[in-house]
Amino acid sequence: MAAMLRIVNGSIHDPANDIDGEVRDICIKDGKIVDSLPENAPRLDAGGTVIMPGGVDIHSHIAGPKVNLARKLQPEDHRRDPHPGTDYTRSGSGGTVPSTFATGYRYATLGYTTVMEAAVTPLGALHTVEELHDTPVIDKGFYVLLGNNIYLQNLLKEGKQEEFRHAVAWWINRTKAFTTKLVNPGGDEPWKGKRNSNVTDIDEKSDLFNVSPRQIIEAFVKTVNEMGLPHPPHVHCNNLGHSGNYKTTLETMKTAGDLRIHLAHIQFHSYGGEPGKNPDSKAAEIAEYINNHPNISCDVGQVMFGKSTIMTADAPLAYLLRGFNKGKWVNADTECESGCGILPFSYQEHIFTHALQWAIGLELFLLSGDPWRIMLSTDHPNGGSFMSYPKLIRLLMDKTFRKEEIGKVNQKAIAKTNLPALDREYTLNEIAIITRAAPARALSLKNKGHLGPGADADITIYDDQEDKEMMFNAPRYVIKSGEMIIQDHEFTNDYYGRILHTAPAFDEAIAENIRPFFEDYYSIEFDNYGVADNYLHEHEIIPAKNS
Amino acid sequence: MADNIRTVKHATCTFCGCVCDDMELTVDMDKKVITKAKNACVLGRAWFAEHHIEDRPAAMIDGKEVTVEEAIEEAAQVLAGAKFPITYGLSDTTCEAQRQAVAITDIIRGTLDTTTSVCHGPSGLAFQGVGESTMSLGEVKNRADLVIYWGGNPAESHPRHFRYAVTPKGMFIPNGKKDRTVVMIDVRKTPSAPVADILIQIKPGKDFELLWALRAKVKGKKVDPKIEEITGVPLSTINDLVERMKNCRYGVLFFGMGLTMTRGRHFNSGALLALATDLNEFTHFVAKPVRGHGNVTGADNVVSWQTGYPFGVNFSRGFPRFNPGEFTTVDTLSHGDADAALIIASDPASNFPKAAIEHLKTIPVISLDTKQTLTSKIAHVAFATATYGINTTGTVYRMDDVPIPLRPAFDSPYPSDEEILTAIRKRVHELILSRRGARGATGEAKVASKQVL
Repeated sequence: MAAMLRIVNGSIHDPANDIDGEVRDICIKDGKIVDSLPENAPRLDAGGTVIMPGGVDIHSHIAGPKVNLARKLQPEDHRRDPHPGTDYTRSGSGGTVPSTFATGYRYATLGYTTVMEAAVTPLGALHTVEELHDTPVIDKGFYVLLGNNIYLQNLLKEGKQEEFRHAVAWWINRTKAFTTKLVNPGGDEPWKGKRNSNVTDIDEKSDLFNVSPRQIIEAFVKTVNEMGLPHPPHVHCNNLGHSGNYKTTLETMKTAGDLRIHLAHIQFHSYGGEPGKNPDSKAAEIAEYINNHPNISCDVGQVMFGKSTIMTADAPLAYLLRGFNKGKWVNADTECESGCGILPFSYQEHIFTHALQWAIGLELFLLSGDPWRIMLSTDHPNGGSFMSYPKLIRLLMDKTFRKEEIGKVNQKAIAKTNLPALDREYTLNEIAIITRAAPARALSLKNKGHLGPGADADITIYDDQEDKEMMFNAPRYVIKSGEMIIQDHEFTNDYYGRILHTAPAFDEAIAENIRPFFEDYYSIEFDNYGVADNYLHEHEIIPAKNS
Repeated sequence: MADNIRTVKHATCTFCGCVCDDMELTVDMDKKVITKAKNACVLGRAWFAEHHIEDRPAAMIDGKEVTVEEAIEEAAQVLAGAKFPITYGLSDTTCEAQRQAVAITDIIRGTLDTTTSVCHGPSGLAFQGVGESTMSLGEVKNRADLVIYWGGNPAESHPRHFRYAVTPKGMFIPNGKKDRTVVMIDVRKTPSAPVADILIQIKPGKDFELLWALRAKVKGKKVDPKIEEITGVPLSTINDLVERMKNCRYGVLFFGMGLTMTRGRHFNSGALLALATDLNEFTHFVAKPVRGHGNVTGADNVVSWQTGYPFGVNFSRGFPRFNPGEFTTVDTLSHGDADAALIIASDPASNFPKAAIEHLKTIPVISLDTKQTLTSKIAHVAFATATYGINTTGTVYRMDDVPIPLRPAFDSPYPSDEEILTAIRKRVHELILSRRGARGATGEAKVASKQVL
């Protein structure tokens, strides 16, 4: 691949630069998009195609300890779906939790070039980085789990806000993370220490730390906003999956005030009804709140029918789900940091709850007042594989198709929603927003999610087709940092993406405060903890406001 | 030469699966020996003391000294030309080297296996069948008030295992061992027995029966009193153990090869994992295989993340397939299938069954080892490599999947496993591509454009 390329005749969808289907040239030089090129630069005729920036997945589970446990757990899932190698690419296994190489290549085959791993324990950060090194093509980063961190909860108990801020920044630096992740904040201690119980109310205080989930959320929102991390706290609310949990979700959003917060897989948090009884849809209430509060962003966590894998730091939830069919289940406790639960799962059209979850996700998309803040995800592989994104896009863009699909699922569930009445169809530009421009903006990735001069030359070129599932399933060309990776639907090259992380400033003295705690309660040496610089290889620091 | 002494703090012992990372090594840099390994156990002290620079060629072909480059070329030619090449070993090297070894096997469409298949392989199969409730070792230190060892003798095999699981004071275990009940279940009274509060001696080969009886009791079902006679364990003891397991706050079951490599194998591991899972109905309960080699857990992780399967993987169709019993090395060799072998940090020629060794002797073997072994002696191409953790950096995974970086003590004149394997990988890729006569370019030109492979 030459260092220069001019792509001509394609229809450009670049919403970040207000370009909606115009035919114009895109010039690439040395991995970046530039204003112009010499007339004799190599050309690619992209007539009849739709050109978008490379996709950006803001919430996915692709690498690290829990992902690898889920991989090891399911040989049956891989066996059905081998991923052959080519002259240019490594082989692997597919299924809902593909091997690392298959993950990178399969994201590329959908036109995605940046993916964020959404939940990593600090102790597992090194493992995650090692797997990300073996995840080709895409650029990648991860969110570090701090919402059940015992040292940090002790600081909150003691009211040490300033130390809390430095400690959070220390952990981000030490693990090379992108932002903080909270999962069922406050829920780990009852799970591990009180016979597998859980926290059920956002204002329920822990006996041990005397802090409530709300106080934890508040502290992180305040701290991370002050630090100006490229992405706000990424929050998996309490009570995921439980009937009536929309109240917890609304309270979580209110806790943020007007500060930035990102709510993960919000579909799983938009249920009405009484706890323990059948849920109904509160998509309208949740969507309305988000529409009216520009400080809030979220990804949907759409459920797609078929095989999935539940993998979550929300261990009590995984155990609850395991109770339905008593199948194989993994629980994995990480000292002082996190819990984790994993099980194979499948969403089925005829099951009331599954159909309702599917419908609520679609409602949220269709009720969204601002595509820049309600983004596409399936919480891969929890709601379904990322490989189902093309079908999801068709569901959003094609109301006739959507009606057919609605007809196939449990109608009692559909009756609990307003889905059949929603006639909206997403435009190509809106799809470009929810799959690349918006996630890039929410992650402060200034060089991604758009095609203006200075952007990384991460470009996806689709054949313009009526069937949007077909169209988004197989881009004709995928270009990563200026390299032609996929040409005429075939891999013609391999590429090693880089790790994206941030590095907020902090007072180095905090390390010496953490050290004695660490020596007492962890099982490895303080100096061997985290991700040292020599593990990074290709990487890019996305600046925090105060770094 | 006392003035050229170096101290390495927070160094890691890679001898066993405990991967203790609190070593303080005193190194005589002139003699290139470790004179003291503070905090090491008896096994660790021997591991560090025995590693010094040996005077043997870095590379040999058929017993004759050659350059490393010549040996790499010969190894690559053998592997690229083989119809059924196998890769085996990997548990005593870094994850970085393991990643290269998997890549080589993928490229040459060979068969990949690790020493897991002859130790906790059955636990890997059981994991696939029933899952596992598990934890990092620090959770045991902080929380476990009931610690059960089944079919293992850590006092001799993992002498410092007790520092994670028995003796330490933890967050919710302020008095250390006094706050825990330690149960040892084994067929004989081993040197580990003194640590136990309760010793349960079981008849050999009856682990599954006892585990199943415990599961039944935990679920409140009746158990035939003949279980006493079958297992040699009184019903009163079974009942007492069940009550302790249900009523503890955080229980853990550690299990060893006394369970996985005796009659029942993966059924035994599966029964134990299922018991731990069942107990979560009553309290928090976890289980963990006590892994042997220093980085066997890393091998499981690397092979899993690159292929989807932990060991016993075949690439002959151009993608990974998993079939223990067919693609596990003892079986491949015993069936006389392999026609070349890449053996890394392992000595199958000394510890495999006779039929497997006999076949190994008939095929070209490429060996990478820090020491001369029976395998390196029969090898067609033998590389002497630097020792991980003593001479090289890299990453190893403790038995609880916690990754730990290595801090080397002194340089070795020999290359690392990773360096040799990377060179072989590049060369076999060139050879394979040029043989496939790839489209429109020579193999070498294509390789030059690679960034990942």
